[in-house]
Amino acid sequence: MATATALPASYDGPPDYRVIGRHGMFPDMGHDEIERVNFLAQMNRHLSARVVPGVKTAFDGEVAPAAEKTNGRPLSDRHEARKALLDHPAFRFWSAIRRMTMEQRQQAGRWTAIRQRETLAERAEAMTQGDDRLELDPTLPIPRYVSAVDHHCMPGSYHQEAFPGDVTNGANYDHGNFVTTAGLLGKYADGGGHAVVKWVRRNLPDFEPKTILEIGGTVGHSSLPIAQAWPEAEMTIVDLGAPVLRYGLARAKSLGVENVRFVQASGEDLSRFPDQSFDWIQTTMFLHELSTRSLANILRETRRLLKLGGIVLHVEQPQYSPEMPLFEQVMRDWDAYYNNEPFWSRMHELDLDQAMIDAGFTREQLIHGGVTAVVDKDLFPDAADDETEDYGRKAAWHVIGARV
Amino acid sequence: MSIADAIAEAGAKPAGKRPYFLDREIETVLAITMAAVQELSVSRQRVDTLERLLEAKGVLTRAEIEAYAPDPQAAIERAQSTQEYIARVLRIIQQQNEANDAPGDIASEDVAIEIGAGD
Repeated sequence: MATATALPASYDGPPDYRVIGRHGMFPDMGHDEIERVNFLAQMNRHLSARVVPGVKTAFDGEVAPAAEKTNGRPLSDRHEARKALLDHPAFRFWSAIRRMTMEQRQQAGRWTAIRQRETLAERAEAMTQGDDRLELDPTLPIPRYVSAVDHHCMPGSYHQEAFPGDVTNGANYDHGNFVTTAGLLGKYADGGGHAVVKWVRRNLPDFEPKTILEIGGTVGHSSLPIAQAWPEAEMTIVDLGAPVLRYGLARAKSLGVENVRFVQASGEDLSRFPDQSFDWIQTTMFLHELSTRSLANILRETRRLLKLGGIVLHVEQPQYSPEMPLFEQVMRDWDAYYNNEPFWSRMHELDLDQAMIDAGFTREQLIHGGVTAVVDKDLFPDAADDETEDYGRKAAWHVIGARV
Repeated sequence: MSIADAIAEAGAKPAGKRPYFLDREIETVLAITMAAVQELSVSRQRVDTLERLLEAKGVLTRAEIEAYAPDPQAAIERAQSTQEYIARVLRIIQQQNEANDAPGDIASEDVAIEIGAGD
């Protein structure tokens, strides 16, 4: 692998993929496989920086005024605005190409992972065999909100496997993360985890967790920075998908992170853990892949599982609000309808404060904040400094949580 | 066999009905085009890698590539190669133009009926 070189100040865009961190489970990648990832990251960058402004011009200058003229009133909400935009070629061409870029990313990542999936499975097996920090439950039912459509067009989602011990979907998810965020998540796709660590250190300087739970943690990319920041703590990562969990434990061990365990379970039913088991419960870009009912169940479980003095933090893209321009709302909603994120739209209009209160928290206990991905700024673009807006995908998030 | 599996499964359809934003046929052609665009980018990067490695090994310099001037024979071969390439890519335009200039042209399906008839 070529030596990573620092980004010159004059360059604006994703770094070369070769700066990405390699761990023991990272799939072998040839020259052309890497260049496919580079191309797709640049495509996403081009679409957000150079194409979306044209869609906005079409909306402001043509679509919204035409709708207002026809209806005798302004567009009323993001749904009406999206349907109006569907009549404009600028939105349709951008949408068509954005969808294709997503499909090309999955195809590229799956090619790399599937062609070596037996080797990857053997490697994961060798690294996790007999390790009680991997607890799988083949009887776990996969809920409708995960099985109905494959999230972000990822065939087989987080849970399907081609053979016992398969880690393909973990390897695909992990090494292709770079494409969607154009490098903004950093070396190990862990910029979100580092951001959370920084936020907690700054806002809760005396907080010293001993037991930490991440729900929906997939391969652990966001969890490991937390486990590393509190090495005395025990961190548990639960997810529905066996392939991501197998891959996750092997990945963590290869990176020298030992205070983690990976458990196959649904966040809706964590009855395997007694009440008040955890000092800290974390979710990262997870809530939008749920459903109304499971969100309520999971929030209730977090309340039950928190120790006195403990915190729960959910990192998510910002909620819709009346102040957010309709165009921005439509762009943020795109993934809900066209990139298989069916709960995205509903989730981002919920009153999350009320949902937390319904789950047993008090209003006084609620926490709100904002974080941006923390990355090695010599090598990666920094989300806080980045002025392009890839609606719904930028590595700048809201935090909602509670301290009990 | 993983390569065979990868060929068969890499492009698998995710669960969930696919949205189309353009005429279905047009979007299909655009999707094929964008895949080709991606592979062209990959090939260009590979050529760039080759050039840089050859330069690093002292085989040639990229300045030599930029300053390259083919001799007359090579220039003709290269020009013909470009002509052939363009004609290959634009085959359908050629055939549409020829069709416009072929008023008596008849579809094979119609000929099948004509010559298949007993009388």
